[in-house]
Amino acid sequence: MLGKRSKQTANGTTTMYRYDEFDHDFVKARVAQFGDQVERRMAGEITEDEFRPLRLMNGVYLQLHAYMLRIAIPYGTLHPRQLRMLAHIARKYDKGYGHFTTRQNIQFHWPALSDVPAILADLATVEMHAIQTSGNCIRNVTADHFAGAAADEVADPRPYAEILRQWSSVHPEFSYLPRKFKIAVTGAERDRAAIKTHDIGLHLKKNEQGELGFAVYVGGGLGRTPIVAKKLRDFLPQEHLLSYVTAILRVYNLHGRRDNKYKARIKILVHETGTEELASWVEAEWQALKDGELKLPEQDVAAIQSYFAPPQLSPRPEGDEIVRVAKLDSRAFGEWLGQNVTTHRNPDYAAVTVSLKSIGETPGDISDSQMEAVADLAERYANDEVRVTHEQNLVLPHVARADLKAVYDGLVEIGLATANAGLISDIIACPGLDYCALANARSIPVAQQIARRFSSLERQREIGELKLKISGCINACGHHHVGHIGILGVEKKGAELYQITLGGSADENTTVGEIIGRGFGPDEIVDAVETLVETYLSIRNDQSERFLDVYRRVGPAPFKEVLYGAEARAA
Amino acid sequence: MKLLTANRLSDGEAVWYADGLWVDTIAEALIAHDKESAEALEAIGNKALADNLVVDVNLIDIEIIDGTIHPTRLRERIRAAGPTIRNDLGKQARIPQAA
Repeated sequence: MLGKRSKQTANGTTTMYRYDEFDHDFVKARVAQFGDQVERRMAGEITEDEFRPLRLMNGVYLQLHAYMLRIAIPYGTLHPRQLRMLAHIARKYDKGYGHFTTRQNIQFHWPALSDVPAILADLATVEMHAIQTSGNCIRNVTADHFAGAAADEVADPRPYAEILRQWSSVHPEFSYLPRKFKIAVTGAERDRAAIKTHDIGLHLKKNEQGELGFAVYVGGGLGRTPIVAKKLRDFLPQEHLLSYVTAILRVYNLHGRRDNKYKARIKILVHETGTEELASWVEAEWQALKDGELKLPEQDVAAIQSYFAPPQLSPRPEGDEIVRVAKLDSRAFGEWLGQNVTTHRNPDYAAVTVSLKSIGETPGDISDSQMEAVADLAERYANDEVRVTHEQNLVLPHVARADLKAVYDGLVEIGLATANAGLISDIIACPGLDYCALANARSIPVAQQIARRFSSLERQREIGELKLKISGCINACGHHHVGHIGILGVEKKGAELYQITLGGSADENTTVGEIIGRGFGPDEIVDAVETLVETYLSIRNDQSERFLDVYRRVGPAPFKEVLYGAEARAA
Repeated sequence: MKLLTANRLSDGEAVWYADGLWVDTIAEALIAHDKESAEALEAIGNKALADNLVVDVNLIDIEIIDGTIHPTRLRERIRAAGPTIRNDLGKQARIPQAA
């Protein structure tokens, strides 16, 4: 299927996926097919009702100002040449920028429909496409953005994400599901892929015998009915990955509701059926499948794993001394190091988070020239890899500590060295009413205003980890339900209103936040957030107690009290 | 009062119906002041959709404030101007800025 991986790359040291002949031919044929469909649509030979499902299958939406093209970035992994192509597309066909999403994809918000076939043809030259980025099918499989680099990882989850991707690409049985279907995979105990908010979440781990397998979670999701996924199995041997996932999809395809799109996701089926009952259905399906052709041969898994072999990283023991001296020289570098640099499995290396949350900018947006500059840095210092995070940042996963100052200086030059990863200004925000046809309220201006209010990095560090997430409608693309502070924009009597939820999280202890009370107007919401933060600071035990920890300890009462006063007491 | 709006098929650009054609700026749009003229606009929209000129056709409510057309819903005001967070994008980018 699409995108077989190969170890062969330009410098022979890294692993990026390469299409084989079949993949090239398939994508080329698909581009030609869509080009023909666009031509027929423009000529009036097919109606919008006939064309809409065809364009959606190719990632083309219609938004407020223009069409939007969503491009898949499998498990958030990009080669610099692919990032350069995205820059080229931004410059040639769009408005000079792209927007990274909470599903590790990228969106362009201004393409002409007539240009989309040419864009897809350009994408195909770097082995990218927009297939299955919309529609009721299995969407882009996402993964931990530190995969293959994280010190706490049991195994790299991406080989399994790739297996799932190949299996799910144009899968004939699962191309017309009751509703869209999202899968995420993590390979560490610490969940950085928000797996319990997905239709299927897979936690790659080892059993007591040291064998690899998965804890399988089903039925998570946000939207108008936020539900944390339920564990169906604690340990599924890896060879059964496809048979078990097929069994789940088969049960969903058969029993999922098709009469009401708001009740069509698998989370509703799980909720209404009960986890135990649903597990028994899946088990029955699986028994018929488990020893058949879907059982993964050991050598096939090994072959895919070999394509994701850890990069050959040269020893760079001089890093500690270089970093020590650079920190003495630059306080700003030291702050960035403390906030945006993550421990790597190789002690001479680190993973760097490139914040796309510069104060006052649009979360997740990146210009064409910034894309090219990040591609340059990845080639020079990061083993030819860039990752996209579901928190709308980029990651350079394999940077020698000795090169961190050079990378930092490169990021400063392009305005992407904001040291705020995981802090209150590292906000997830959907495009909202500034772009999206589904939105009821704007998200981006609220994110910008909050970031400006808390622009002091010293203040942000004093506050500590705080995940703030904003959605412009109940579809929850901005993941507000799982923000420590979540903000949902709604329209009430023709005006924007922002509801606050508290206590959500999207990690290994995923929880859905609770609505704290009545909403706030656009001119009130930033003050309300600041009030919540100041309250947290005044009641935390010490700096190690995060906002989320305090909320879990004290509950909503103190926060309601400061926001609503007597109104809260009367309730 | 109502206007007829849509997105142009070829490039998705937000457009409004004027007298006999679809225009790029809301200021030029034809205003329906009563039910009959609104129904006439609706019929024009349905035909334009069937003729594959535009997509996502809608009649929207407006007011006239200080002599200019002001859509009632924020959504339509944003369509008419562009993203509120980027003055260099959308219709607003084409308006010469005062020095």
